[in-house]
Amino acid sequence: MSKIAIIGGGIAGMEAAIRLSALNFEVHLIEKSFILGGHVKNWHMLFPDLSSATQLVEQQKNQLRDSVNILLGIEVIRASYTNNKYTLYFSDGSSNTFDAIILTTGFKLFPAQRKEEYGYSIYSNVITSAELEEYFQTDKPLYTKEHRIAERIAFIHCVGSRDDKVGNRYCSKVCCVTAVKQAMETARRNPGAEIYLFYMDLRMFDRQFEDLYFQAQTQYGIRFIRGRLSEVSEKPDSRLFLKFEDTLLGKPLRLTTDMLVLMVGMEPAENTGQLARLFNVPVGNDKFLLPKNLHQYRNLTNQPGIFLAGCVSGPKTIGETLTDARSAALEVYNYLNRN
Amino acid sequence: MKNVGKQLIWQQYQKEIAEDHFFYVRSCIRQNFFPGAEATFLRILKDVLHKDVYDDPAHTTCTGIGYHTDIIPLETTMTVVARQFALMTEKGYKNFIPSCVTSFGLYLEILESWHNHPEVLNQIRKYLKEATGRTFELPENIVHASDIIYKFRREIASKAKYRLVNQQTGQPLRVVEHIGCHYAKMFPHKSVGGAEFPRVLSGIIEEWGGEVIDYPERRHCCGFGFRQYFIKANRGYTFSSVKKKFDSMHPYSPDLIVTNCPGCNVFLDKGQYVISEQEGIVYGANGYGIPVLTFEELAGLIVGFDPWDIGLQVHQVSVEPLLDKMGVWYEPEKKYRGKNNIPLGQPLQPTVLKTF
Amino acid sequence: MPDFGFSIQSSQPIDLDKTYRAVYNFVKEKEPSIQRCIYCGACGATCTAANFSQMSLRKVNLLLLRGQIAEVRQLVEHCLLCGKCMLVCPRNVNTRKMILLIHQALKMPLS
Repeated sequence: MSKIAIIGGGIAGMEAAIRLSALNFEVHLIEKSFILGGHVKNWHMLFPDLSSATQLVEQQKNQLRDSVNILLGIEVIRASYTNNKYTLYFSDGSSNTFDAIILTTGFKLFPAQRKEEYGYSIYSNVITSAELEEYFQTDKPLYTKEHRIAERIAFIHCVGSRDDKVGNRYCSKVCCVTAVKQAMETARRNPGAEIYLFYMDLRMFDRQFEDLYFQAQTQYGIRFIRGRLSEVSEKPDSRLFLKFEDTLLGKPLRLTTDMLVLMVGMEPAENTGQLARLFNVPVGNDKFLLPKNLHQYRNLTNQPGIFLAGCVSGPKTIGETLTDARSAALEVYNYLNRN
Repeated sequence: MKNVGKQLIWQQYQKEIAEDHFFYVRSCIRQNFFPGAEATFLRILKDVLHKDVYDDPAHTTCTGIGYHTDIIPLETTMTVVARQFALMTEKGYKNFIPSCVTSFGLYLEILESWHNHPEVLNQIRKYLKEATGRTFELPENIVHASDIIYKFRREIASKAKYRLVNQQTGQPLRVVEHIGCHYAKMFPHKSVGGAEFPRVLSGIIEEWGGEVIDYPERRHCCGFGFRQYFIKANRGYTFSSVKKKFDSMHPYSPDLIVTNCPGCNVFLDKGQYVISEQEGIVYGANGYGIPVLTFEELAGLIVGFDPWDIGLQVHQVSVEPLLDKMGVWYEPEKKYRGKNNIPLGQPLQPTVLKTF
Repeated sequence: MPDFGFSIQSSQPIDLDKTYRAVYNFVKEKEPSIQRCIYCGACGATCTAANFSQMSLRKVNLLLLRGQIAEVRQLVEHCLLCGKCMLVCPRNVNTRKMILLIHQALKMPLS
């Protein structure tokens, strides 16, 4: 029986593991942390249908058959390739040999403090979209750090994305619609609050995204302003003072808010570069791994037996990630049955 | 506000600052506007910190003002700068400290240009040789004078006679720091602390007992902008910028403003007079302005130099409210007395801004 | 006062903390479709009056939101109420009614 290693236990890794174990392969799912579910396990509700993130992850965990060998708290530190097989050496000193490997290490969130002028971890009421998403796990309205109900909240798009200054020229794809979703959720929790979204472009590319945007405008009165935040400072009462240009009017704007939410983008996961060197897979100028091509071979790499799924090859929505993982599983199947 | 995030930023913007043996070059305008500042810097370096510093009478302007107002060609500026380096080389120094932030920016810009275009450096070497017969080495270490005070801030604090603390209340004085644009905005990695949260002055202020105010227009330029101010009709732009800064810092009730740039110091100090005359607004308490000190003047005050010896009487905004808060001893009757007690005459009084 | 030969200008940015939104709110309550605007500018591109003036309904909507009423007043004077903007609007904003309501609001004493 062919043996497959899946490196990364987020939703992409789990989905690929589920599909391949259903095809009776011996699957080893390797996760460096001690818990499966990656970033998604921390999310509250998923766009665009507001379904539960926890439920999705739990369903996947339930589907992981007993035949999947789950290795938690383990990283790959070395690899070798002989006779069409890869030997992986793990951080616990063990090693194993595989016929195919899927890299599903995903992404890491852009560290918001690198955008110095936005004052994250300096001004107490500047938070990231990920922190807000976790906060939504509670039922409470949004409070400032001084325990006042937030009456005015600004969401800033493209923090760490489409920004040469921080070295990321690409779009992280999911932040636009996440901002709209989070703004609506905030409006539900803090009725009457003024909510501003500052965007460069609104990229509502997928099904029902535009509906969400429409609903945010008409039902929740969310205020969309085209312009990029230049800098933040704190007023004596610890509210935040923001500077923008309204690029549609061509006029500078000033705004004081109780809270600021930074829509942090995606960067390749910490060990992506190391994996690229380990398996000799090229990286793009965005530092995500490059598939063989971007059309019909999105899961294949230029190395035999090395496959990609999920955000390891660039930002994706959850729907795209799961589809990508299933597609990778099929590619692995075809590869192992090539003779 | 939390300093955690700032500390992370500061770690990324640290630079090498030489320990001793400095070649000092002066600012064009400070000796007129704040004549005690540079003398105080040299006195602190020599008498307080016991450093070797050379102030060469043969050195000239860097031509920064001419360069920024488009009246001097770049090659000329570079050749004049090369001559300054030649003087440094001839006197056996390797560590170069400009007093002026504009000069500092200009030196960095030229060194960067020479680094990227060695052929230009060779050309300039030729020009200097032809014009003056001189040759030069590039400085090993080039930092702004405020970087030196930052480096030795603890040593100065250990010798301090006064602290940035209100003697009546025991509370830290609330201090606005203003950094010249050309200190960090052009080359953030050649500064202490970067361009967004510069550490050079805030580190000094906190070390000496003060509390730094982070107000919305903290990063705003003083408005000098060279070509704005030097054309009279455009001066409104300069003072509109000054006013914008003061309107923004006013709610934080600052006791003191500290700058590291000659131009900023002029406009934040004298600008308070212009705004008071034109708009009838005064930003300090009881009809006085907010005192504006250069970093050297502040250092001099801290180590106990006589306020009139460091030139504080030439400031537009009276410094007495600050001296009183800090508990600094001074003789009011000596304010307008020069060397050997010669009377210097009394300045004219503004209409709105109160002075001592 | 001495003659300085120059004067200080006040700061220009629009302060959203002090935005006057009474006119916008009046129009929005009577014609909620104005909230749907995505500022694409199709209205201005097709506008008859825009050929001879600065008129742009996109701009009018933004200026209303930012409380720049004096500019709104100048712009809406040029409208001929021909309704071409209504034909092109991708979000079905009731543009003619919007103009009429703005005129109505500008004549009323609003808080």
